[in-house]
Parts: sequence; structure tokens; C-alpha cells
Amino acid sequence: MSEEPSTRAILRDGLWGNNAALVQLLGLCPLLAVTTTATAGLGLGLATLLVVTASSTAVSLIRNLVPRDVRIPVFILIIAALVTVVEMAMAAWLHELYRTLGLFLPLIVTNCAILGRAEAFASRNRVGPAALDGVATGAGFAAVLIGLGALRELIGRGTLLDGAEQLFGPAAAGWSVELVPGDVFLLAILPPGAFFGLAVLLAIKNRIDDR
Amino acid sequence: MTLPPSLRAGLVLAAFVGAGLAAVAIVHEQTRERIEAAERQVVLDRLAAVLPEGHDNTPEAAAYQRPSPLPDSEPLRIYPAYRGDTYLGAAVGVKTPEGYGGTIHLLVGLRPGGEVVAVRPVAHQETPGLGDAIEPGRSDWIRQFNGRALGDPPKADWRVRRDGGAFDGITGATITSRAVIGAVRAVLADYRAHPEAYRGREHAAEDRPAGRETTEAERDREATDE
Repeated sequence: MSEEPSTRAILRDGLWGNNAALVQLLGLCPLLAVTTTATAGLGLGLATLLVVTASSTAVSLIRNLVPRDVRIPVFILIIAALVTVVEMAMAAWLHELYRTLGLFLPLIVTNCAILGRAEAFASRNRVGPAALDGVATGAGFAAVLIGLGALRELIGRGTLLDGAEQLFGPAAAGWSVELVPGDVFLLAILPPGAFFGLAVLLAIKNRIDDR
Repeated sequence: MTLPPSLRAGLVLAAFVGAGLAAVAIVHEQTRERIEAAERQVVLDRLAAVLPEGHDNTPEAAAYQRPSPLPDSEPLRIYPAYRGDTYLGAAVGVKTPEGYGGTIHLLVGLRPGGEVVAVRPVAHQETPGLGDAIEPGRSDWIRQFNGRALGDPPKADWRVRRDGGAFDGITGATITSRAVIGAVRAVLADYRAHPEAYRGREHAAEDRPAGRETTEAERDREATDE
């Protein structure tokens, strides 16, 4: 490829400038459905990071073998097979983690941000930059998930990182903070709250970019 | 080699389909036993929480199946608990297909009189942050069944409050709550109709033909009053 983007540009685009959730508005289905707590956001974020990195790497490796006409079905096939394999391997060897993170894995197949990166970046670049782009995209998406999850959890339940021990083991039991006892503003946890929360994050980002 | 582009594209696609299928099939084959073993271990861990205390037999060794009272679902798995010759109750593995994310696998512990010792989820795919509140680590919801029975509250009140019943639903996960309450209610009703079928493999075998017929009848009755 003639013009290969620099490492810095890839990281900046994935994390902020071209953030999958806040700028491209991709992957909103799992994003809005899952971010009821910061812990759930973190769980889906980690799973997405893993899959988008692996799929970008795989797509970049086979990019010269696939004719343009059938590239989309091939990418979808790779992503679906990858998610299924990761899910089964996790159930077999990391069963405890699977019981908490496993719920998020099937949701990832519905995430068009992953297909978007495969098509827009990985299929046109060498393996190294493609993998890095996967990491940056995944991390940017995860950051929004965690931010939205924390925002909704805080407003809806008055807690932060509730249930962190489900994801990280007993050591994380102390991470949870209860700021206000009882449910606070329940709407934030319900589906409409997801849209309000995302709107707030989008507004904040645009405000920062406008300066 | 000069193939027309469309044929070449088709062949490439077919090759990837084959490779994808092969990868999934191989991993499935490699992981199946480990996954089953891990799931059995989870059942054993959960059994301790739902079995009546004080048993000295090994209920998992005495476990057997019984047709499920729920429509379209896998058989119940019954783990009878004894101290010596005294029957202390049983744990019942029930799978309900009515969950929001598919099958919910529950263990229901029963005392001989039909009271619930406790209910625990074994496996489910409910929505993280909403339906997964059925897990005891995430909320106390599943503990509201402890000590309850089919007369307490009456069978008609074994429903979510918003359906006119006596049990709290989970906020934002009514379908999940309905599925769990419905499965527990069905197990309790089946136990009341055929308590002897829950006492052990031998007892269940003795009256199996009769037991099965009444289960069908019970199912029909269940269907009409729903």
C-alpha cells in the first residue's frame, strides 16, 4: 500500500478522531443494550477488543486472496467463526470467566464496527498496522462502553463498578463504590437512558472538538 | 489458469466456508468434553446451596431423569437426598426454554413437604445488567423463593406482581422473571402431584406408566388455566 498511516495516526483515530461509537456511530446495538453498569461495559469492551484485534489481523492476512466481490461475506464468515471459536475455547478452559464474559460474546457478532474496520482498514493494510488499528478501535469502543456504563450506573443506581468481582474475582469486591443508597433515577438504566447517556457523551465530545 | 472472475470468487468463498466450518467443528470437538465437565462441576457447586442440609448420601450419584412438566423442554434431573433411610427432599434440575436469551437451567431444592430450600441458576444467557440479576451474586431476587411452597402463596399467585401474582419481578427483565417463576411453579406442582417420583430412581421406576399419564393430564390443565 502506498500511503501507510503512522502509528500515532492509527491510535489517535481509533481512540478519538474516528471513534467507532462516538464518531462513526457503529456498534450501537450492543453498546446501548449492555451498558447498564460500568462492569458490564468493561466486560463487553474487553471481549470486543479481543475480537476486533483478532479479526483485523486475520482479514489483513488473507486480504490478497479474496476477490473484491465476495470480500464482505468472507469477512463476516471470519468474524463469526472467530467469535464462535473464542466462545467455545473460553467455555472449555476459562469456565469461570466464560460464565460472566460469555454472555457478551454472541453480542459481538452483531457489532458492525468490527466489520467496518475489516473493510475500511484491515483489508487495505499490512498485518502490523491492521492489528494496531484493531487494538485502537477496540480500546476506543471499550472506553465509550465503560464511560456510558459508569454514567448510567451512577445516575440509575448510585453505585460504580458494582459486581466487579464477577469479572475479576474476589479481589475486586472492594472496587465497588456505593455513592447513594437505593435506586436513584431508574430511567437511566432502562433502554431510554442508554440513548440519553449516549447523547450526553456525543455532546461532550463535540464540544471538546469545537474548541 | 484462467477462470471467469465470478467462478473464481465463488470458489474462494466456498473455500472460506469450508475452512470456517472445519475450524468451528474441530474446536467444538476438542472442547466438548471439557465444556461438559466444567458444566457438571458448576451443577455440583450449585447443588450444595439447594440440597436439604444433613444428607449423608451422594445425590449426584443417585440422580435420574423424569419427563419435564414444562412444554418443549428437556427432562428434569432429580437428585434425591437421604440421611440413612430418611428422605430429606431433592434437588431438581429444570431447564425452561422461556428465558429472554434462550434456555435457563435452574436447580430447585425441595423438602419432603414441598417447601423450597433454595433456587439457583446453573446456566443462562440473560442480558447482562438486567436478566442476569437472577444470579445470587448480582441481586437477592432468587432468594425470595427460599422457604416458599405451593400453598404459600397459593398456586395462582406464583406469578410476577405485574401479572397479578405475589412475587417481585426484576426491573427491566419481566420475561426472565416470568420464566424462572413459571419453572419453579411447574416443579412444585409436579412434586405435589407425584411426590413419590422424586424419592429416587427405584420409586420413580415403580409408578412410571401411571406417573407419565397424569403428567400429560396435568400439562393440559396447566395449559387451559394459563
